[in-house]
Amino acid sequence: MIALLIRDLRLAVRAGGGFGLGLAFFLIVVVLVPFGVGPNSGLLSKIAPGILWVGALLACLLSLDRIFALDWEDGSLDLLATAPLPMEAIVSIKALAHWLTTGLPLVLAAPVFGLLLSLPEAGYQPLLISLLLGTPALSVIGTFGAALTVGLKRGGLLLSLLVLPLYVPTLIFGAEMARRGIEGLETTTPLMMLAGITCGAIALLPFASAAVLRVNLR
Amino acid sequence: MGSIWEYANPRKFIATTDKLLPWVSALAVVALAGGLIWGFFFTPEDYRQGATVKIIYLHVPAALMAINAWMMMLVASLIWIVRRHHVSALAARAAAPIGATMTVIALITGAIWGQPMWGTWWEWDPRLTSFLILFLFYLGYMALWAAVEDDDTAADLTSVLCLVGSVFAILSRYAVNFWNQGLHQGASLSLDKQENVADVFYYPLLVSIAGFVLLFVALVFLRTQTEIRARRTRALLARERVS
Repeated sequence: MIALLIRDLRLAVRAGGGFGLGLAFFLIVVVLVPFGVGPNSGLLSKIAPGILWVGALLACLLSLDRIFALDWEDGSLDLLATAPLPMEAIVSIKALAHWLTTGLPLVLAAPVFGLLLSLPEAGYQPLLISLLLGTPALSVIGTFGAALTVGLKRGGLLLSLLVLPLYVPTLIFGAEMARRGIEGLETTTPLMMLAGITCGAIALLPFASAAVLRVNLR
Repeated sequence: MGSIWEYANPRKFIATTDKLLPWVSALAVVALAGGLIWGFFFTPEDYRQGATVKIIYLHVPAALMAINAWMMMLVASLIWIVRRHHVSALAARAAAPIGATMTVIALITGAIWGQPMWGTWWEWDPRLTSFLILFLFYLGYMALWAAVEDDDTAADLTSVLCLVGSVFAILSRYAVNFWNQGLHQGASLSLDKQENVADVFYYPLLVSIAGFVLLFVALVFLRTQTEIRARRTRALLARERVS
């Protein structure tokens, strides 16, 4: 399992593209928003948590089809499937690798990008915590979507259509928590809900992902 | 009378539904026409909402069926996963576009009603938002069916998607509830209330709900038959090409 994780991480870093691309995309989204809504810092600081969350979500989405696509093309996915590792473990490791290469950099970059959007000072801590808690759920749900569409020729667009509605609850609670933090309100309820969604997704979704991956490899 | 699983045989399913279809369709037409005409022309106007109240005869049944169609797809998907009856998978596939249409009808009639009543076509209200999300789920489900070439693979993938989607649809429902306070009134109909809406509106509403249910059943029968026959045609064509 650890060997697989290290292999995936190494591939992501060395093959280029996937690793930096998500971050670059996140930056571009953050830069484009002020062009769209105007440079008014009052307005920007109000919508900053939402923009950062939506940006992180889209950047996460962008790299999803790489989770299985390359392994599918060169046949290593078939080898993995026949390995003594259960499919659920493979799927979980893939999701973890995706989070480490995409989710974690996004979380770390978010405060810097928050500066660009004049995020209020009180917002940094809740934003960081909510992203840290929420992005694993994004990776796990995304892995399910990637497993669904792995065999398809033009799966990219379909993948977004399938995954985005599944992201709705995570986005709502994550952005709500960041917003409440800025306004100085109680953040416990959205925090708990977000943590619940993440834990539930991590616990249950690998089974669904493994099931659809088995169907696709049949 | 055998077990219900006999109808998993496509031939038996087609034979039975062929017999039932004219009756169900005729009843649907009668109930729909009766409910709508009764509702539109023979009920008084509400003292506050005026004539706009009458859209309830389209809006409420369509919204009910939008949710029930998904429930039916969920049950059919479960049956496919557990017992692998092809008719079940095809029925789920057949129900999806109908459910999506019902969702659109509910959204559009709601917008038409909301414009004069709330002064807006759209409001990010929990009920409205969760219906929009439900519509996205329908779109994704149908797109996945269309994208996968192999029939059995498509059935497997979509039924897992339906299961996972149901969980997330319920989650989204509670999430949006938390996210925004509603403008939409509470449930118009529930079984445990003394009086739901005033009786003059209530009975025609029940009739048109029955009409929508019958219409849904008739359409699902018809579309499932079509799917079965389309698949049979494809099999025959493939056989001819081989020989």
